[in-house]
Amino acid sequence: MSDFLPLPPREPAGVNLSDWRRKAGTSALAGRRYDFEQQSSLPARATISLPALNELLAAEPVPLKPITSEILAAHYVQKSYRKGTLHIPVLQAVKLAIHEGEFVSIIGPSGCGKSTLLHLLATLDSPDAGEIHFDGYRIDNLATSGRDILRNRYFGMVFQFYHLLPELTMLENVLAPAMIGHSVLGYWRQRKQLRKRAVEMLELVGLGHRLKHKPRELSGGEMQRTAIARALVSGPRVLLADEPTGNLDKASGDEILSILRRLNREQNLTIVMVTHDGRIAAEADRTVTLVDGRVVAA
Amino acid sequence: MYKFLLCWRYLRTRYIALITIVSVMLGVATMIVVNAVMEGFTHEYQERIHGILSDIVVTSRSGEGTPDADRHMAKIRDIAGEYIIGMSPTVAVPAMLSYSIGNDYSAQQVLVIGIDETSFASVSDFGQFLQHPTNREQLSFQLHEGGYDAVDHQATETSDKSARPTLGRAGFQYRRYKASRIRPVVAPDAAEKSDPFNNPANRLTDYDPAKETKPGAVLGYGLCSYRALDGSDQFLAIPGDDVELSYPTVGQPPQVRSAKFTIVDFYESKMSEYDSKFVFVPIRELQTLRGMVHPVTLVANFTAIQIRLKEGVDLDMVRDLLRANFQPHEFVIETWRDKQGAIIAAVQMETAVLNLLLFMIVAVAGFGILAIFFMIVVEKTRDIGILKSLGASGDGIMSIFLCYGLSLGLVGAGVGLCIGLLIVRYINQIADLLGRITGRPVFDPAIYYFQKIPTIVEWHTVTWIVSGAVLIAVLASILPALRAANLHPVKALRYE
Repeated sequence: MSDFLPLPPREPAGVNLSDWRRKAGTSALAGRRYDFEQQSSLPARATISLPALNELLAAEPVPLKPITSEILAAHYVQKSYRKGTLHIPVLQAVKLAIHEGEFVSIIGPSGCGKSTLLHLLATLDSPDAGEIHFDGYRIDNLATSGRDILRNRYFGMVFQFYHLLPELTMLENVLAPAMIGHSVLGYWRQRKQLRKRAVEMLELVGLGHRLKHKPRELSGGEMQRTAIARALVSGPRVLLADEPTGNLDKASGDEILSILRRLNREQNLTIVMVTHDGRIAAEADRTVTLVDGRVVAA
Repeated sequence: MYKFLLCWRYLRTRYIALITIVSVMLGVATMIVVNAVMEGFTHEYQERIHGILSDIVVTSRSGEGTPDADRHMAKIRDIAGEYIIGMSPTVAVPAMLSYSIGNDYSAQQVLVIGIDETSFASVSDFGQFLQHPTNREQLSFQLHEGGYDAVDHQATETSDKSARPTLGRAGFQYRRYKASRIRPVVAPDAAEKSDPFNNPANRLTDYDPAKETKPGAVLGYGLCSYRALDGSDQFLAIPGDDVELSYPTVGQPPQVRSAKFTIVDFYESKMSEYDSKFVFVPIRELQTLRGMVHPVTLVANFTAIQIRLKEGVDLDMVRDLLRANFQPHEFVIETWRDKQGAIIAAVQMETAVLNLLLFMIVAVAGFGILAIFFMIVVEKTRDIGILKSLGASGDGIMSIFLCYGLSLGLVGAGVGLCIGLLIVRYINQIADLLGRITGRPVFDPAIYYFQKIPTIVEWHTVTWIVSGAVLIAVLASILPALRAANLHPVKALRYE
């Protein structure tokens, strides 16, 4: 616990963070800065079972790089699904910190909650207890509009089943986040730059010749590469990948992995990748193992 | 931006949704046609009634009439002279019309109206319904030599001009010809000479039909004509023939008297109700025959005064003004609208009910859209999850589907509008075609008042119909759109 030091408030280099905070409304600021020194006093809304609390107190913090670079963190996150009256715990007091420029893979068997953790980090879902922090600010309790802006500009998402929109061409799929992020007029004014950027992203993943194709006309590997281009188009600070190779053969999977590797090395992009495959996880800088909703020390 | 793009793509790739709007389309088209026909009918009907009737009628409650039309007209002029263009006294009395068809006599119940030939044309469009061009200029109860229209002069299109070959030969020429065909009077033999009642020399007058006529009468067109199978109009009596009118005299109890009249023209207002009922005769003749002229003062009775007002004068205002100045137990004062109020109200009621029923069809179509949209939202659940994971807001997702509903509504209402307007434009041709296919005329001018189906497209009605249909489509898409907006992103992404 002595590893956690209070962070001085700061603006991240190159990104105007006040922008999303402003757009997200004052509620963005309502997320109190987490005081690491007082971590035992959990937020009032946190309800945590006694065994989980014991576990929490006994847990060893994950070793970290220099603390100033921490960009995404989960603090004692708890999540359970309800099935009728039955509560199925998925995540129990998960504590995780991702640093700027790091390539982290989260590995674990099926059903251990790794996808859920990723969804929580991406603000697609809210934890039952605990907090998610992005760039030192609490984001799990943001208003919906604030989360939408976060997902649109600061997070890039890649899924196992590519999740491209079947009605749109490759180029339009890649442009989708830009269209979502801009008003009609704003998009119209900047359409040339946005289009140029989207084409660049597609060229980056080696698909510059497939702009006008519909997703169903492409192979799985090509679709996944398009999905990566889409995730990169708005210049995210973190790329969140959920089993990006899970649906691909080895060759295509390796291609995807090399793209991710390259992005991490050349552009210093922070990547969090969820996988169940130890071989793929080994490509990352660091591996976090999740078993039955708990982080297991590596 | 993505909203419109996706909305457009969904519109182009989901033909099932286009099928749901067929019912919107049909509803809109039907409503436009129904309203146009009803409006056309009402307008045409009012126009005709107004042409036949004068603006305001002051009717005596007495069956014998009220004496001295001139005095009453002077009084009316004092009260409301500034609003009045023309006035004309009339005498109306139910009567029986009979004329010979071969050896038989046809008898029909009619309404004999005594009119003043100089002033009556100024209070109604009476003149233009006549068949002789000179009579249309200025009515005369004298029989013309010939020159009656052999085709319908009121028809607007050449194809509608029904042929009336017999009428072309009518007039004095026909009367002379007919008289010459009657067996000449045989020189009386001795036996007849001995009979003082049968001696031509003893007759007071010798009426020669080849040279003389009875008082003139204008008959309703339907009274002695029928439509032949070939579409031409055939006549049982034409101008030049004599007819007999049996009418009641004034006094109690009324006596039935008969008098012969010569047909001088036909009156064709195209309102079968009037064309088969009216007989116009000179007012002075009728007053004399019925005994309505005071033997000493020679002042005649009248039963009604027809008044035509200046353009744009409020009918009801003048009516109320006159009502205030005439004894209600002596005179009934009505506008032409009051007289025909029932049928106009009935048509309006019919239009309202039809509109309500047809709008229900569009509302039912709304439920179809609702169901299809729910299906599309379910089908698109994963895409909705993807959009949310890319940062699309709930409102954005909702507006995709609202925009989709709006576009479908616009397309449906737009196509319905075009179809409706096309049907209205070609409604008579369509009716003819249907008549030819089914072998039964859809629109029989003999039943209705018009030769053709009248239509008027009122743009504010059309606007209401179209915006109502679009509104229903949007309302129907609200629920599915809300459902889409409230989908949980993770659940939506996992949806298979």
